[in-house]
Amino acid sequence: MPFEIKGFEENILKFLLNDKVIEDSSLPSDFTALRYLREEQGLAGTKEGCASGDCGACTLLVGALEEGKLTYSTLNSCITPIQSLAGKHLVSVEYLATLNGQLHPAQQAMVDCHGSQCGFCTPGFVLSLAGLYENSQAEDMPIDRESVCDAISGNLCRCTGYRPIIDAGLSMVASATKDAPYIELMGKNDKIKAQLKDIQQQEADPVYLRPASLNALIDAKTTHSDAKLIAGGTDLMLENTQRFHDFGTLIDVSYVAELKQLSADDTKLTLGASVTYRDLEDYSQHRYPHIYTLLSRIASRQIRNRGTIGGNVANASPIADLPPLLLAFDADINMMKADGHARTVNINDFYTGYKTTLLGDDELITDFDIDLAKLAQFHRFYKVSKRMEDDISSVMLAVRFAVQDDKITDVRFAFGGMAATPIRAVNAEHCLMNKNTVDEHALEQAIDALRTELTPLSDMRASAQYRLDMACNLIRKAWLELNGTEVVTFSGHGLPESSLNIGGMSHA
Amino acid sequence: MRKLPSDLVTGFKNDKLPMHESAMKHVTGQAVYIDDMPEWPNELHVATGKSTEAHADIVSINLDKVKAYPGVVDVIVQSDIPGEVDVSPVLSGDLLLAGDFVHHIGQAIFAVAATSFRAAKQAAELAEVTYAPREATLHPKESLARQEFVLPTHTICCGDPKVAMAKAAHTIKSDIYIKGQEHFYLEGQISVATPNEDGGVVVYASSQHPAEVQKLVAKVLGLSVAQVLVETRRMGGGFGGKESQAATLSCMAAVLAARNGCPVKYRMPRQDDMVQTGKRHDFWNRYEVGFSKEGEILSAEYDMVGKCGCTADLSDGVVDRAMFHADNAYFLPNARISGYRGKTHTVSNTAFRGFGGPKGVLLAETVIEEIACTVGKDALDIRKLNCYQEGKSKTPYGQEVEENVLLTLIEELEDSSDYRARRNGINAFNKQSPFLKKGLALTPVKFGISFTSKHLNQGGALVHVYTDGSVHISHGGTEMGQGLYTKVAQIVAKTFGIDYQRVNVSSTRTDKVPNASPTAASAGTDLNGMAALDAVNTIKGRLQEFAMEHYGIRADEFAIENDQVQLGTEAMSFPEFIKLAYMNRVSLSSTGFYKTPKIGYDRKAAKGRPFLYFSNGAAVSEVIVDTFTGEYKVTQVDILHDVGDSINADIDIGQIEGAFVQGMGWLTSEELSWDEKGRITTNSPANYKIPTSADVPEKFTVKLFDRANSEESVYRSKAVGEPPLMLGISVWCALKDACAAVCDHQFSPPLAVPATPEAVFYSLQAAQAFSAKQKQNREAEV
Repeated sequence: MPFEIKGFEENILKFLLNDKVIEDSSLPSDFTALRYLREEQGLAGTKEGCASGDCGACTLLVGALEEGKLTYSTLNSCITPIQSLAGKHLVSVEYLATLNGQLHPAQQAMVDCHGSQCGFCTPGFVLSLAGLYENSQAEDMPIDRESVCDAISGNLCRCTGYRPIIDAGLSMVASATKDAPYIELMGKNDKIKAQLKDIQQQEADPVYLRPASLNALIDAKTTHSDAKLIAGGTDLMLENTQRFHDFGTLIDVSYVAELKQLSADDTKLTLGASVTYRDLEDYSQHRYPHIYTLLSRIASRQIRNRGTIGGNVANASPIADLPPLLLAFDADINMMKADGHARTVNINDFYTGYKTTLLGDDELITDFDIDLAKLAQFHRFYKVSKRMEDDISSVMLAVRFAVQDDKITDVRFAFGGMAATPIRAVNAEHCLMNKNTVDEHALEQAIDALRTELTPLSDMRASAQYRLDMACNLIRKAWLELNGTEVVTFSGHGLPESSLNIGGMSHA
Repeated sequence: MRKLPSDLVTGFKNDKLPMHESAMKHVTGQAVYIDDMPEWPNELHVATGKSTEAHADIVSINLDKVKAYPGVVDVIVQSDIPGEVDVSPVLSGDLLLAGDFVHHIGQAIFAVAATSFRAAKQAAELAEVTYAPREATLHPKESLARQEFVLPTHTICCGDPKVAMAKAAHTIKSDIYIKGQEHFYLEGQISVATPNEDGGVVVYASSQHPAEVQKLVAKVLGLSVAQVLVETRRMGGGFGGKESQAATLSCMAAVLAARNGCPVKYRMPRQDDMVQTGKRHDFWNRYEVGFSKEGEILSAEYDMVGKCGCTADLSDGVVDRAMFHADNAYFLPNARISGYRGKTHTVSNTAFRGFGGPKGVLLAETVIEEIACTVGKDALDIRKLNCYQEGKSKTPYGQEVEENVLLTLIEELEDSSDYRARRNGINAFNKQSPFLKKGLALTPVKFGISFTSKHLNQGGALVHVYTDGSVHISHGGTEMGQGLYTKVAQIVAKTFGIDYQRVNVSSTRTDKVPNASPTAASAGTDLNGMAALDAVNTIKGRLQEFAMEHYGIRADEFAIENDQVQLGTEAMSFPEFIKLAYMNRVSLSSTGFYKTPKIGYDRKAAKGRPFLYFSNGAAVSEVIVDTFTGEYKVTQVDILHDVGDSINADIDIGQIEGAFVQGMGWLTSEELSWDEKGRITTNSPANYKIPTSADVPEKFTVKLFDRANSEESVYRSKAVGEPPLMLGISVWCALKDACAAVCDHQFSPPLAVPATPEAVFYSLQAAQAFSAKQKQNREAEV
């Protein structure tokens, strides 16, 4: 049934929609925010372009109040259950122009720069840019081309060719301060904060559970053994919006404090299963720049704001990008059963076949541990896809070398897109073990080994031959980098001019 | 017709240009698309049951479970259609619902109307259909081998290509397979139909061709055309994909609306849209060219096989236009160009910005790149040598290229983009860079403007002036983001001599302007702008006549300028004067009409003038390629484009940039893919990748070529919608150039279309293999 009245009276779901506190009680667990806005509230400014989180026409700006701080980020409302936004501030395009009685700087700049043609994608772009405006102004950070492209990386436009939209992003601060100052930021608006504060504590919903602790999560899982777990829902919700399957009860794990930890002790880095790509971007930017760069190639801004590490690993897709990364570092996966029984499995043992893992039906991932010593070793990630931004890997290689006295003492070649599971090229690794780092003969042996070891498939993303050729060449690239050769790898956010001019010229 | 005002008044160059008429509504979310219109409580939603076979007889259909599904109100098959079942735009074969056979995967077999969209989609999955499969033709190479065509082959000839080929110093014989493109308009196909009280129906359509929707809805319902009203306010993008394809949705909604007596919405979710609607044609082009030692083309023989899909749709025009553009900007003294309309059991391909033209232009540019490597010259020199110019101005189909501007335009861009210095810099870079290679290409486009179906070259408009001086303009053109409404409003204001603010635009409706042509072929402003101009001139003529009589002034003492009416020595505001005219019973409303002069193509002789004029342009693109992977970046683009005297430079530049990036996408990241059963595997934006903002270079300059149209087009402007799409070919040529750098441009390695990283990687490999072989040969000689 499209819309089932569940038969309870109390107002269970509360959130702030633009300037209105909404209380609703009759929503199925999987009812999307997009449908809620359009069908229940008549707010048609938010569009459906694909219903799969790939085009950004449905982009919403969502404010979250945490420890008194109100911060905004974008998401794809087409694959976000409205129930997952309890206690949040949902900002749709209709709100921006009315907030201060004038166009928001993002809107004004889009008009001034001729940033719209057919206009269908425009509200999504406006919200992505408004989010960038809000965050950059709150942090007093300048807006550059890279930050604009990052903000709109999940927004597709088929008319303009983007140049005017990028210009709008770059000029919105200047245009805001020039003629008509647009002062108030939502994040600093006390009224919004007060409204949100009032709706932070919410009653349990019988179809959409939001446990706040690991114990509560275990309880929920025990009581609702058939319920699906949802975190960001960026993959799970496609079942609902593309295949039209209705979900029953959902348990949202993103409120569980224990699953959100992201911290290091003396020996290991612990990543909670509900840590988002965004959280990891923030954490790794200065600590682990290669991880940070890889993250910029995964999905879009909107998806990275929602998608979680645990979801990416448990989903067990052979073309996911984090499993190879975790394989390269021999990460431990900590899991827990509904009865509270905990166990640890190394990621090397975790994947058992196509989309299958050791994770039991009544079991969930709590967190991942990565050895800091391994994180300190040489590592690189290479992702090859048809498009730089928001594309799925044809081939992805995560590589780690441990080197002692010019000898390779440990090596990992972990691939995505090369088999039915994320996979290591163990034979190829073996060829380089205990060899001198500059031993080119060993490299050639490793590449030969790789050619027989992996048998990828052909599909719409790449041919088997290309995948294999890439696997070999990426190993070659990593080996050159290990030996100090400057090798440029393109990322989504353009290239520094310097790298183009020196490109490859310092060949060792 | 009256004298053209473009000869009387200045154009738009010094005006403050208006923004897109809907810009404010776009950014505030107030612009209404069809899915945003309020729904009636009894509104039904449609989903279709789709064929899972490419070519088969339908043995049985069991719809019991579909009908029983909660929320389902009606389920129809072909025999439930009250009127005709064929909804083809021009010829025949496109059936609203399949009958006893199917000819592509995804073809609609039955339709469900339910109380919700989800219920309709869920129910449609429950049908049991059995098939008796037949052999399917899935590739245009198979179509040619089996001689399976949707329409007869057409050939254009000039000179004696066989003799000239035999005499040529060099010949190249090869082929290139050019893949198609998904439109990916952000607003998917949609229509809402509502029965009216007179047995007719009102249809809201996201369509580039409301008049055709009206005609086809009337056909399927067995009504007269006048009983159907179609309205299109705006589309969320069209690009040709809503020229013929949109009608199916309106027809389906109308049939179900008529049966159930309630409003019916048919919105295709993205995946259905990508599976069930036509795309840009693939083309398999075989070519043989003969040329001199200097690289001058002497002879060309081209066989161009379009993948038309299962029916004709608009393929006749598409393949013709591919043939008309196989010369692109280059003189072919001797040529044979044959265009085959290959039939395949895949979705029927359709119009897409450029309408076949891009497949001709890409062929021409491939040939140039390969000639350049053969004779050891820069490709730009080969382009200039062969470019249409004085003494080399006749196209293979006999039309003269009358404006001699291509060489001037190319040279202006060559200078402004610093092509030669950059070429030297790139050569130096490539010599010392082992892993990265740069490429550079300047490619022109010459694109014929006019529908090649002569009768479509007509436009209609309706202008009303109200007593307060406000003006209302309707015309046959539709707004899909290209700024047509804005430009026509500008034309109306300029022609009247009044403020732009006085002119109100409205949705396109079949009861305001009848029998309108599709908004296509880049001709929207040319046709509808001229029709609006004609209507304004009629009203203005009446006002002049009235003023002469009322004030006893001469004709030349009357003028409307800068929103003021001059009456001899007196002046009056426009509203005041209009009120006076009304009180004196002057008609303040008029239709306007335009038909394109001079054109005509004799198909039998394959000679004539299919186009009123040509739009021209050129682009320089620079790329950098990672030889490990074939990944690349476009680092700089410079464009010089000819829009005649621009009506709105901001809108024109927007069209040029957008078309360029769309063309670049077609040739780089956008790859359509089918499996061996004929099922499209790129059925979602998760696996079909149009460009994002990060694919567009920071150095991206667009300039307008400063020259009026020599033909009497509206305010001497030129059409802009399609031509710049083909400037994206400069990116593909630059990638080919970068790959050729690996073998020092001794050989132009084949590069697949689209040039995905994989395609570039194997082009690099081919160049490397060529180099290795050369080296081996040299060593063998020693």
